Amino acid sequence: MSTAETVATADRRAWMGLLARAEPARLAALLGADLPEHVLLRAPEIGAVMVRGRVGGAGDAFNLGEMTVTRCSLRLASGVVGHAYVQGRDRDHARQAALVDALMQTGRSTEIEARVLAPLAAEETARRSARAARAAATKVEFFTMVRGED
Amino acid sequence: MYVAVKGGERAIDNAHAWLAEERRGDPAVPALGLDQIAGQLALAVNRVMAEGSLFDRGLAALAIKQARGDLIEAIFLIRAYRTTLPRFGASVPVDTAGMACIRRISATFKDAPGGQVLGPTFDYTHRLLDFALAAEGAVPEAPQAEPQPGPVPHVTGFLGRDGMIEPAEFTGAEPRDLTREPLSLPADRALRLQALARGDEGFVLGLAYSTQRGYGRTHAFVGELRIGTVGVEIEIPELGFAVEIGEVELTECETVNQFKGSRTEPPQFTRGYGLTFGQTERKAIAMSLVDRALRWRELGEDDTGAPAQDEEFVLSHCDNIQATGFLEHIKLPHYVDFQSELELVRKLRAEAEQARAARKAAE
Repeated sequence: MSTAETVATADRRAWMGLLARAEPARLAALLGADLPEHVLLRAPEIGAVMVRGRVGGAGDAFNLGEMTVTRCSLRLASGVVGHAYVQGRDRDHARQAALVDALMQTGRSTEIEARVLAPLAAEETARRSARAARAAATKVEFFTMVRGED
Repeated sequence: MYVAVKGGERAIDNAHAWLAEERRGDPAVPALGLDQIAGQLALAVNRVMAEGSLFDRGLAALAIKQARGDLIEAIFLIRAYRTTLPRFGASVPVDTAGMACIRRISATFKDAPGGQVLGPTFDYTHRLLDFALAAEGAVPEAPQAEPQPGPVPHVTGFLGRDGMIEPAEFTGAEPRDLTREPLSLPADRALRLQALARGDEGFVLGLAYSTQRGYGRTHAFVGELRIGTVGVEIEIPELGFAVEIGEVELTECETVNQFKGSRTEPPQFTRGYGLTFGQTERKAIAMSLVDRALRWRELGEDDTGAPAQDEEFVLSHCDNIQATGFLEHIKLPHYVDFQSELELVRKLRAEAEQARAARKAAE
């Protein structure tokens, strides 16, 4: 894989992950009702993925339990194909994520990035920071009272 | 005599209608929303996800509502639902070292890098009923502090660097899956962990407690307990690379246990492991103790005959859906079975009566 391809793959992985984690209602609101024409290659389908862990956190894989996932594939009129695998059971979420995945591979990528992905990323960062900051406030500070060896 | 009967349809329909009415409760009181259950009874939702073996908060909340708060019934509903879902594949194993932790404590190292982060815990509460909660009211915002950047390393990693603890075994083996094939023994550790992760919290807790009291003693320290979210990735065949499909909240417990060494291994610490969906730390700690107790054979320890060391006993009885299915089926009609039992006891009684009469006549 060339460097350009590697970067393109990393970018696509990043936006697909962001879309998968997004609140369905928020994604729908950012994308708006005016969706581009497309043909469904795989209509939104609800299923499960077996989540695996590792024995001892680092050893062999084991099956922990499943999570619900919805997937969708579609093609824009221009022929560009978009895919989505998103957490949960929301068919519209999967369809909209696949649309954004497709649009990000077209000339509209800058606009979609600014209008949909950037706000989603900023809101996710804010949500994560709020939890991390609350966790940080519960970090224990130890004080030495008496040293036994004196 | 065999008599086939049918009936009860009207009684069953009416019973279910009454169940729905009882479930709703007083119509003057607002109905519970699923967002209320998911948000305010989050630990019940977590238990249903962990033992239902399906991470989906909305479904778990619905199951709890439908089950009127009976969590094992709710787990049953989730297990039944998941069998209807097509399986898209298995994830890349989650990276718990990269977890965004909301809680992370170690009972073995006070100054573990990353620190002791308590998170939203019941620990150190006084367990006194808080009557203020009986009245609705706003809660003050929790304090915040500057978060430390980056992931928090695993505590066992520090012990591993000096060879003080056994390494996590990595063979690259494809794990067996209890949801695809019936349990067959002997089980390897991966299969045991799957069974324990979906096992009944009360049963696993009781077994873990028994090891602490001396039945298969392994003397565990909680090396680390962490709760937080991890991303879940799967390989997408049509793309040729892995993408994140969402994130799950997990509780992970690693115990550090004494080990005096064997012919091939130096004295070092050994590990027990627990990993569960959601914030479910009692279950994760219990799981890691039972995991460690079940490892007696591979570590060359004695089989003391303790229940927690008996793989067949533990794995065959830890699933509360199997257990409740078999237990509760005995309340369903067994009229024919019981009729034959009745006939048999009558016959035995008659024979015993005859024998007694014969003995009396002989005297």
